[in-house]
Amino acid sequence: MKMHYLFPFKAFVIIGFISSMICIMAFAMHDSDNRIMDSKTVMLVIKKDSITSVKAFKQVYTVLMSARCMNCHPSGNIPLQGDDNHLHTMSPRRGLDGKGVYAMKCANCHQPTNTPGLHTPPGNPDWHLPPADMRMVFQGRTPRQLAKQLIDPKQNGHKDIQKLIAHADDGLVLTGWNPGEGRTLPPMSHAAFKKAWITWLTTGAYAPKK
Amino acid sequence: MISLNVNRKIYQVDADPNMPLLWVIRDIIGLTGTKFGCGVAQCGACVVHLNGEAVRSCVTKVSRAEGQQVTTIEGLSADNNHPAQVAWNEENVPQCGYCHSGQIMSAAVLLRENPDPSDEDIDAAMAGNICRCGTYQRIRKAIHLASEIQKKGGAK
Repeated sequence: MKMHYLFPFKAFVIIGFISSMICIMAFAMHDSDNRIMDSKTVMLVIKKDSITSVKAFKQVYTVLMSARCMNCHPSGNIPLQGDDNHLHTMSPRRGLDGKGVYAMKCANCHQPTNTPGLHTPPGNPDWHLPPADMRMVFQGRTPRQLAKQLIDPKQNGHKDIQKLIAHADDGLVLTGWNPGEGRTLPPMSHAAFKKAWITWLTTGAYAPKK
Repeated sequence: MISLNVNRKIYQVDADPNMPLLWVIRDIIGLTGTKFGCGVAQCGACVVHLNGEAVRSCVTKVSRAEGQQVTTIEGLSADNNHPAQVAWNEENVPQCGYCHSGQIMSAAVLLRENPDPSDEDIDAAMAGNICRCGTYQRIRKAIHLASEIQKKGGAK
């Protein structure tokens, strides 16, 4: 009696499950190469095009290797300063969390906003280097090395494509275009950079040959 | 009016929110132990503690300190007996003395976070505090002594 009562419900569940799996598999087979779902289920179309992708990355590279970006992505544990990328005066250290050490923490000098005047500390509420266990070095990287590093979650802060796209609007990234008095801006506008960045990522994130 | 907690005492100050904290501490509150050196966060003479961190008060807007805990050299200890202060005195560290309130405030953060610092740790922590008299060797020696005093339970 009990089995008879439950049968229609169980049958619906099983049929529903099988139907769902068929739909999901059909969708995956059709779209697995060119669509990514993010946590908000917004569809991102990936249209692979190596020529467009490499061309876009060459633009991206000029920005990432400019002083405003590279100075906080040094090959060592001391940030850089100036358009000549010299070592930061006073030799502040990265520290484990990227925010400095002891009496030499970034926020001790770098205020939430730019300090007025020439040669004063630029500001951001979250001023820091990449942490010691995810150093994200730009300095010295070739275009190929940097492109491969940027899309490797083990080297990019565990970011997938969606998070990489979102990172273009990160507060500290945007600070590169508001660097304080007397500092050279990156070689293109933030809008142009973001367009090149998204183009690179959505055309397959190809790395240049060199 | 801006409400400031400086050395565990509340002050109501009539100041522009953009005024450097150093100005407020020295010229309005009247605590002159903290010094003006460069005015652009390059020398460390103006170091005070903001919630325990060694900020440079010459570039820190007073608005950042509103409602926070500010400690100056006058409030570092009850009776000038912080281990760093005792050690500075023992080792006769200062020459002209101008930079040393900032030096001691930075050293205090180092000693709190690393009670037994190596020479390398000291250099990393103190690299932002400039001494025009060149007392660096005595500063390093005093920090080692302060570490010993602290370990023996000296005044904190």
